[in-house]
Amino acid sequence: MPEIQMREALRQAIDEEMARDKTVFIMGEEVGEYNGAYKVTKGLLDKYGPKRVRDTPITELGFTGIGVGAASVGLRPIVEWMTFNFSLLALDQVVNNAAKLRHMSGGQLKVPMVLRGPNGPAEYLSSQHSQAFQSYYAHIPGLKVVAPSTPYDAKGLLKTAIRDDNPVVFLESEMSYGWTGDVPEEEYLIPFGEADVKREGADVTLISYSKPVRMVLAAAGELEKLGVSAEVVDLRSLRPIDESTIYASVRKTNRAVVVEESWPVASVGSHVAWMISRNCFDDLDAPVELVASEDVPMPYNHRLELAVQPTIEKIVDATKRVCYME
Amino acid sequence: MSDLSSYKKNFLVKALEDMVLIRRFEEKAAQMYGLRKIGGFCHLYNGQEAVAVGSVAALDLKKDYILTSYRDHGHALAVGMDPNVVMAELYGKVTGCSRGKGGSMHMFDAERHFLGGNGIVGAQIPIAAGVAFKQMYDGDGGVTLCYFGDGAIHQGAFHETLNLAKIWKLPVILIVENNHFGMGTAVTRVSGVEDFSIKAAGYDLPGKTIDGMDFIAIYEGIKEVATDSRKSGTAWLLDIKTYRYKGHSMSDPGKYRTKEELEAYKKQDPILQLKSRMIDAGFIDDKAYASIDEKAKKRVNESVEFAESSEEPALHTMYEDILA
Repeated sequence: MPEIQMREALRQAIDEEMARDKTVFIMGEEVGEYNGAYKVTKGLLDKYGPKRVRDTPITELGFTGIGVGAASVGLRPIVEWMTFNFSLLALDQVVNNAAKLRHMSGGQLKVPMVLRGPNGPAEYLSSQHSQAFQSYYAHIPGLKVVAPSTPYDAKGLLKTAIRDDNPVVFLESEMSYGWTGDVPEEEYLIPFGEADVKREGADVTLISYSKPVRMVLAAAGELEKLGVSAEVVDLRSLRPIDESTIYASVRKTNRAVVVEESWPVASVGSHVAWMISRNCFDDLDAPVELVASEDVPMPYNHRLELAVQPTIEKIVDATKRVCYME
Repeated sequence: MSDLSSYKKNFLVKALEDMVLIRRFEEKAAQMYGLRKIGGFCHLYNGQEAVAVGSVAALDLKKDYILTSYRDHGHALAVGMDPNVVMAELYGKVTGCSRGKGGSMHMFDAERHFLGGNGIVGAQIPIAAGVAFKQMYDGDGGVTLCYFGDGAIHQGAFHETLNLAKIWKLPVILIVENNHFGMGTAVTRVSGVEDFSIKAAGYDLPGKTIDGMDFIAIYEGIKEVATDSRKSGTAWLLDIKTYRYKGHSMSDPGKYRTKEELEAYKKQDPILQLKSRMIDAGFIDDKAYASIDEKAKKRVNESVEFAESSEEPALHTMYEDILA
């Protein structure tokens, strides 16, 4: 199986779906001639031409709205935001239109589009450019939200997103575009709403998604040395969310730690922690722990910015707490 | 004022009927709102009827599309939606066009290419450009009309869309239904210019001002512009000067304007203008007009009966129509 980078897995997904369906097109800042700010769209302009690979002016609200309109009459736009930090400029079109047109029209319209780009902390970028916005989107009925952690998942989920008849918010990670992983040459799709157990274990369930999954797996390795067998559940899909895989794992291990890189207040992770508390109360041997970023804007200083985010040490410590090892 | 002699009687009668239907429908909606049969925001179209009817008459809705703001009852009726489903939607009944989920601000008829009914000022402008994007993408010769109020002209969505429509050659016709007030704020208090058509020049697009009280001027203006847009992919910005007789919504007593101003506009009423010109040209007489009016009133009353007798949506429907 070829080992490829995350950006190449995403590129393959877009390329394959554009080849398969002429209604699919991509637009965004620098997606064409520049070959993508993070090279996800490399080579697509040459292959498909400027009609289907469209460079946009810096006008997120405008081109996202054009995507909504085009989707409502039968095209399948992929809107690339250079980062989710800039998606805030387009939030009205996503929340009030992409997510609502079907509802407001009593089911007459559908909005098949993908809204994708890098999300979450990067490095040395300060507070406007290092933010994790999944909770903003996961909050909204009418959207689907996915956040892959590996090239394999990214490709399979993005192909599913492009074929989905709903607006799908697809969260990538700036820091993970260069990560590599095995991706088969034959076609595959990964359905939404199915979490993936990335590591089996018996003593504690570590639940995460997106970029932090890799750190969680590393933490599980550390925990092994301490004699703790950790199961790692990668949610992959945040809306819909796979409750049954979460509960099955927690009912087996009786302990749970949720790990994410967004702020902790009203977050996806705090929601998952609540769901476990609500639905697995009798199975839990300890309160659910949440390891999120610190509740502060991201500082520029590297030592500070790393300290703001989840770390292996924080994950291990939280696991020790739920295992009463302190 | 343009000449009626080149028009066919049926065409003009249909236009007059549509405008009268909208007027009577809105009057009834106001009455039913007063009786608390209709709730929430309810933005009436009285006075602006010629804009929707004149522009829709110039389109081919097999390939063209329209989108508008929350002041959308008139456009819904102009595209030929059944008054029953529009009134039922105002009542929030399951027989409404949006199954009681949209209400006054969100009338939709996808089959008639009427894509709403948008409640956020100016939000429909980029969406309309997206619909025009599909028309450009397919090269199908369709155009998309997008209506919005003068209040929307300062939104970023408007300016971003003009630029994108220019560079991508999107056949979208942007129509400012300039009723001179963004809610209670007079245009002159919030805009550096009064003639919005000149804003098109900043994006190297053509603009035009049209008398919104004159059905024929609107019909001919849109026809001409749509022909150009179909052929060249040029987006247009039209400033159609009109006036709303009622408040911004039902909760607005309209204290920011004088009675004299309102009365002056009522003298140019679009329905009375078309009616008197049709009488002068010998197309109809007073009796024929009276029967058009009676027919409209009857139709509107039927829509109320339909809405009254329709079922409330079942509770489980709240979970429907969210995802495809």
